[in-house]
Amino acid sequence: MSVEKASPYNVDEVRDDFPVLNRTVDGEKLVYLDNAATSQKPQSVIDAVSEFYEEYNANVHRGLHTLSQEASEAYENAHDRVAEFIGADGRENVVFTSNTTEGVNAVAFGWGMHHVDEGDNIVLTQMEHHSSLVPWQQVAQANDAELRFLKVDEGVVEEGEVEEKIDEDTAAVSVVHMSNVFGTVTPVKDIIDRAHEHGARVLVDGAQSVPHMPVDVGEMNADFFVTSGHKMCGPTGSGVLYGKTEAFHETQPYQYGGEMIKLVEYEEATWTDLPWRFEAGTPNIAQGIGLAAAVDYLEDLGMEKIHEHEREVTRHALEMMEDDDEVTVYGPSSDHENRGGVISFNVSDAHAHDTSELLSDEGVATRSGHHCAQPLMREMGVPATTRASFYLYNTYEEAEALVEGIETVKEVFA
Amino acid sequence: MSRDMYRQRILDHYRDPQNYGTIDDPDVTYEDVNPSCGDEIQMYAVVDENDEIQDVKFDGQGCAISQASASLLTEEVKGMTLDEVRQLETDDIKEMLGIELSPVRVKCAVLGLKVLEGGIVEYEKEN
Repeated sequence: MSVEKASPYNVDEVRDDFPVLNRTVDGEKLVYLDNAATSQKPQSVIDAVSEFYEEYNANVHRGLHTLSQEASEAYENAHDRVAEFIGADGRENVVFTSNTTEGVNAVAFGWGMHHVDEGDNIVLTQMEHHSSLVPWQQVAQANDAELRFLKVDEGVVEEGEVEEKIDEDTAAVSVVHMSNVFGTVTPVKDIIDRAHEHGARVLVDGAQSVPHMPVDVGEMNADFFVTSGHKMCGPTGSGVLYGKTEAFHETQPYQYGGEMIKLVEYEEATWTDLPWRFEAGTPNIAQGIGLAAAVDYLEDLGMEKIHEHEREVTRHALEMMEDDDEVTVYGPSSDHENRGGVISFNVSDAHAHDTSELLSDEGVATRSGHHCAQPLMREMGVPATTRASFYLYNTYEEAEALVEGIETVKEVFA
Repeated sequence: MSRDMYRQRILDHYRDPQNYGTIDDPDVTYEDVNPSCGDEIQMYAVVDENDEIQDVKFDGQGCAISQASASLLTEEVKGMTLDEVRQLETDDIKEMLGIELSPVRVKCAVLGLKVLEGGIVEYEKEN
């Protein structure tokens, strides 16, 4: 193997930051390769959440007592921290959600339902996650709009598709930034430019991109952008909805109630300022504060370095797997420039579910199934794949443990 | 160790399932999927005047556990009455398989039974 097992940072030190990585599974060392589902959390994030509950737990925004003021400041500042991290202008462009799915629904129901008209079309890729496909199906059905799909081949949007599918009748475009099945990166800039020429608004699903590579939503010129906090070292129950100010002004809240109002009368109400009008009810305060700690952690390490490290470790695994005739790897080959830290594969005639279970015996945590992309799996002609997804703390040795685990699968299904 | 799950008998039934295929014009037919992993099973059965299963077949695709247990189930239920089939439970399936199963895999193991019972419910509604 020609790979030089180098990393732009000290991986052993990084691993020490993540308590769970020390555990064993049935006596085997844990090799956690299910990061596209959720990442592990560093001690600093766990501490930020604990500290909130231990020292200043209170509801936010309107309390005049000290704890509430401290909680409000930390929670509101977390929005600034995230805004800076993703390249948003300011906190008014950053709404905290529970997850990416909530962000997509907020756009589909708050914007899509009111701006996609009969005869319009909505353009998606063939590799959308169910969470960015199903909400748009609801919009299309309710408003008699057409759904169009950019064809993908091995995780790459095919040549000419963007020009062919996005036209003057396109009202909305919603595209995945990094595929959770292939780890490939969609050319969002081209898609956004084309959509804007035709007056369409664009939502980018960044659930898999923000945790793994530098992202600048301003430079990208996305109208809406969603991501999840728990895949980027933050707590579960944290997610982000970004919107350009003008796009947010076109958007209706999709949840109503406390915290999002300005003036309420018995018959009607008006909405408070951005971003709070999109955060009805008591928000996930501890999670938002934990997410800001996660952003600090990632920035300390450096997103460029994280991206580089993951690519190299993934490439190491991919090269070994590509050499094995009994392993089918989906997506572009290891030398493809736009390949992130996700490997979808199958082993001989073993079903993905069985592969994943046997890998777990070796301590290797992967995911198997349709990865919330059932139509794509049908397109690929496979019922399911096993997915290994890498993150900033995974090592070359863990890539090798995956390959050794695959040997066990081959033995059982020989 | 879940490796114990993949005993030869399970793998044999996975690779060479018994009663695999379809039945034209079946009395009982039903299909269902396990949405978490994409296992799919269709069941077809022919029932005689005493409500006994004369013939049964299944098709579909999925993991070794789902396919092997469907195969074993078809062997087991031939000759049983519909009432007897409806009394089968998860433990009976575990016994047929003869292995320990984690909670996630129990769903795979009982999919065939769930489908067959679903078909029987439909059949009894119509008759």
